[in-house]
Amino acid sequence: MSNECKVDCGRRRLVVATAAVGGVGAIAALVPFLSSMLPSERAKAAGAPVEVEIGTLEPGQMMTVEWRGKPVWIISRTPQMLETLPKLDDSMADPKSEKNMQPEYCRNEVRSIKPEIMVAVGICTHLGCSPSAKFKPGADEGMDSNWLGGFLCPCHGSTFDFAGRVFKNKPAPDNLEVPPHMYLSEKRILIGEDKKGA
Amino acid sequence: MASNTNFEKYKSDGTLQGNLLEWFDARFPATSMWRGHLSEYYAPKNFNFWYFFGSLAMLVLVIQILTGIFLVMHYKPDASLNANGIPVAFASVEYIMRDVPWGWLIRYMHSTGASAFFVVVYLHMFRGMLYGSYRQPRELVWIFGTLIFLCLMAEAFMGYLLPWGQMSFWGAQVIVNLFSAIPLIGEPLSIWIRGDFVVGDATLNRFFAFHVIAVPLVLLGLVAAHILALHEVGSNNPDGVEIKKRKDVHGNPLDGIPFHPYYSVKDIVGVVVFLMVFSIIVFFAPEGGGYFLEYNNFLPADPLKTPAHIAPVWYFTPYYSLLRAMVWPLFGIDAKFWGVVAMGAGVVILAFLPWLDRSPVKSIRYRGPIFKTLLTLFVISFFLLGFLGTQPPSYAFFGVIPSAPVAQVLSAYYFLYFLTMPWWSRIDKYKPEPDRVTM
Repeated sequence: MSNECKVDCGRRRLVVATAAVGGVGAIAALVPFLSSMLPSERAKAAGAPVEVEIGTLEPGQMMTVEWRGKPVWIISRTPQMLETLPKLDDSMADPKSEKNMQPEYCRNEVRSIKPEIMVAVGICTHLGCSPSAKFKPGADEGMDSNWLGGFLCPCHGSTFDFAGRVFKNKPAPDNLEVPPHMYLSEKRILIGEDKKGA
Repeated sequence: MASNTNFEKYKSDGTLQGNLLEWFDARFPATSMWRGHLSEYYAPKNFNFWYFFGSLAMLVLVIQILTGIFLVMHYKPDASLNANGIPVAFASVEYIMRDVPWGWLIRYMHSTGASAFFVVVYLHMFRGMLYGSYRQPRELVWIFGTLIFLCLMAEAFMGYLLPWGQMSFWGAQVIVNLFSAIPLIGEPLSIWIRGDFVVGDATLNRFFAFHVIAVPLVLLGLVAAHILALHEVGSNNPDGVEIKKRKDVHGNPLDGIPFHPYYSVKDIVGVVVFLMVFSIIVFFAPEGGGYFLEYNNFLPADPLKTPAHIAPVWYFTPYYSLLRAMVWPLFGIDAKFWGVVAMGAGVVILAFLPWLDRSPVKSIRYRGPIFKTLLTLFVISFFLLGFLGTQPPSYAFFGVIPSAPVAQVLSAYYFLYFLTMPWWSRIDKYKPEPDRVTM
């Protein structure tokens, strides 16, 4: 019986149109729910610049401060540490810091404003672990015997030099990020802001 | 069998009980469901040891839901620091362990339950591979099962963030960052998943919501679908022959016995043995030597310091090895993206087993040497991948054989086992299946 029954095309069209409008509405209803999972206004507003006093930082030491929930390293580099940088140019994935991982004023051989003070976000560019300091040259800290000092990411073995440049053929694709920063005075750094003070 | 609904209604024998049941049954398919799924669901009479794990998975699901409900009464998904400088979430787990009456037991049951869940589910899946339980007409049973496995992984991963320890934090950091490897949408996608630019309070809260509401609901729905699909087609058995082919005068399979009471009672034996082992672990080794609860997770999350060695919990390590094995960029996309693809494909490929297997017989009892050899190698490589996943990438066997290339070879084997199956399963020798099940 149903085979012979003619479909009322007008009604069928109305049913399809109703279903389509309902479908669009259902999809539109997803927007507020999915959007609610984006960073909130408060999360976006967080991330005020951090002022750091570096007077107590001895040469060869580093300190870690929190900025936007991430570790930021301030490394006081000795002349010996700085000497290792040009020697490593050939082993680096991006020796000239061509990728945009630092502000313009840090696009130099030492990736910093003052050569002796390095500021970098201590988050591996691979999967976001925080690399560990392996400052001692040689195999003392479990590195290769020709290790000149730098950082090792414990998660997947990426290595970085004292300027946060990543070694070639490691999982991490990019150098460590250098955050915008500026010197408020000789011994005070503001991380997260870099007006003309730089 | 479940199609009996609304037929065969219960007729009262005149007692009060009988009248009540008749009244109820006229309004709800109680009797027909009881019969269709339990007292007249005919299961093959030759089930063996391997058939415990389906019901045990159900038991663990119940344990997880029950203990989970009571944990939620005391747990606080809050990453902010309390007056002592400890994250509130971490402190609330310590509070459950130390101050809540019997809280330690409920928490250890839940954390051990997670590992137990994967033990029984892996064995349950392996049973399917041994006896060809995924083969026609049980493809959907298998696919629902694969989806359950995926849900379980999501559930376990998000649950692991909640104690807000060092491994919780850095594990989530690494896994969420994997999504950032997807071209174009990766970065916004990972921010959307975290709800912040770093793993933080927003991430903890949403993982909590997913862990206690969203994923369990989906999981329960999938378990229902898994069982309904199974009861529609009937269970496979260690011989891999269809019991529905030979029926008695009542139309019941000659080689079938009603699930209840025969298998409900058998399964209780499994439950008792399981609970004995489970209790021993809960009471005497709840940390499982660092495999069930990693030692670094007893330190509160510190976003400034990654532990020296991070590895996922044991049940993820085979897939974590697949992920790490991909170290080459392809088609101009980062290696880490291909790692994610390998890990996802490693799970999804299971769903295709029903169509990859071209053997004329189902059960390992009648399959040939190629299948037996390759399956043995598959199991060995799965265990090795799992072991390597717990080790740092620099690990070397006996201190000399570097593990990275070994993991790559094993990963290649993992996929080749499946991808070449249509070929080797067809050319393999096989023995003729019996007409009826053997005991």
